[in-house]
Amino acid sequence: MLWLEGVSAGYGGVTVLRDLSFAARAGEVICVMGRNGVGKTTLMKCIMGLVPATAGVVALDGEAMQALPAHEVPRRGIAYVPQGRRLFGPLTVAENLAVGLMARNKGEAVRERVLDLFPRLRERLTQVSSTLSGGEQQMLAIARALCLEPKVLLLDEPTEGLQPSMIAMIRDVVVGLRATGVATVLVEQRVSAVLGMADRVAFMDQGRVAEVLDCAGLQADAPQFRRYVGV
Amino acid sequence: MSVTGKIWALHLGVLVMLAVAQAVLPAYHANNLARIMVLAVFAMGYNIAFGYTGLLSLGHALFFGFGMYGMGLAVWQVEWTFFPAVVLGLLAGGASAAAVGMLALRTAGVSFMIVTLMFAQAGYLTVLYFNQYTGGDQGFAVEAFARQVFGYDLAQDTPRAVAAFVLFAVALVLNLVLVRSRFGRVMAAMRENEERSRMLGYDVFHVKLRVMVISGLYAGAAGAAFGVLFGYVGANFATVQYSILPMLYVLMGGAGVVLGPLLGAVVMFYLIDIASGLTSAHLLVVGVALVVLVLFAPRGLLGMVRERWLPWLP
Repeated sequence: MLWLEGVSAGYGGVTVLRDLSFAARAGEVICVMGRNGVGKTTLMKCIMGLVPATAGVVALDGEAMQALPAHEVPRRGIAYVPQGRRLFGPLTVAENLAVGLMARNKGEAVRERVLDLFPRLRERLTQVSSTLSGGEQQMLAIARALCLEPKVLLLDEPTEGLQPSMIAMIRDVVVGLRATGVATVLVEQRVSAVLGMADRVAFMDQGRVAEVLDCAGLQADAPQFRRYVGV
Repeated sequence: MSVTGKIWALHLGVLVMLAVAQAVLPAYHANNLARIMVLAVFAMGYNIAFGYTGLLSLGHALFFGFGMYGMGLAVWQVEWTFFPAVVLGLLAGGASAAAVGMLALRTAGVSFMIVTLMFAQAGYLTVLYFNQYTGGDQGFAVEAFARQVFGYDLAQDTPRAVAAFVLFAVALVLNLVLVRSRFGRVMAAMRENEERSRMLGYDVFHVKLRVMVISGLYAGAAGAAFGVLFGYVGANFATVQYSILPMLYVLMGGAGVVLGPLLGAVVMFYLIDIASGLTSAHLLVVGVALVVLVLFAPRGLLGMVRERWLPWLP
């Protein structure tokens, strides 16, 4: 389980996360929502150690992570797909996956399992990744992260700028991860996408998680969406 | 033919062409080719750091100089023979790169460039300061006994050409194996997006340090070979010019292409050779050539070839 308690973090003298507490259980999909600038991406970066926590605890399965160097966090089992995908552009699809597999000495079996989730990538293994469509690039970014066989997968706006068919494919993959026991934490702005994927929604306000609600029964016109997201 | 087959056929073909060229060219050009091949090994090391990993260094003259002086001083001061002296030069290049890397890799981008330049200048000034041990700016000749290998005298054209070719061939094959290995892909990933590589669990500092050491070993081998093949060790090989030269070779030939340093070294060497015969302002000609390169082939000559015709070129 990923567990954050009383976490504060920011940039220079500016505090973005204030006494934030939050948990993601194995096999659940939890979506973080909030207005622009509320600290959603900072929360992701703080979990990954890219923005150091100035107070509080970030723990995975009981092990404190906040003092670890950033490259140790993925080795402990947290994978991160940032906004904008950030692939290794000149490398092919296969090479991008290989870099992910090598990072934690994973072999052919893991590669095959990941490619089974993304059959479209299997057809494009020798294609240079910068020439893929936006949706395929997002698939590759997620696939590369899954090559680490993470316990927790962090996705920052995975459906941003994608056409509906691609969003549906990514939603199916995220939903399918539940059965593998991976906890998925995603930042998302589209209410419809959230309701189709998430088990719970964590609404952020002023650097804190203000409210966490189960998605079951939550409607797109729920007052929480209007209050925290402005839709 | 598979891509791997094409790659090996091309590179082995280039080696065969070089061997034939050494045999048929007039002595002047064969000698130039030997010099070019040694300098291309130096540039190959630079290409591993800059072209494949994105480390823009201005300190490679230090590693080249360490290789050259490591070999030369072992011969001059303690009378070591060819093999131990050259191995010492090779290791000195790698060790100096490790020492510089430990400090310089805490910086990045322009700062990294400046810090490596500073180290190289410090090395150059150290050579001048301890002139009673290093020969200062006059340098020293490598003694004849250290230029004997298996009964052959490296002062003679043919053994020298063969030795330069063997060094180049080994360096090229190792370079090709390296960039096509798993570690080679990590190097490319690091160049493309350092933070993303870190987020996959790679220790960026240690990967870059390993790259620096490999690059330093190439520079050290080239420095030692240059000294022993051409019989002279001098402080001018540790000047900033020898940090810029491999960069120019790589930029001209194609950064991140295995054969780029060789082509860049051939073009630049003969450009300077021919232009200096025509005018004392030969560097102006070099400058114009670089401007033309930036305008029409910003990825270098082989970079352009890869972009347009041979996407499989490693």
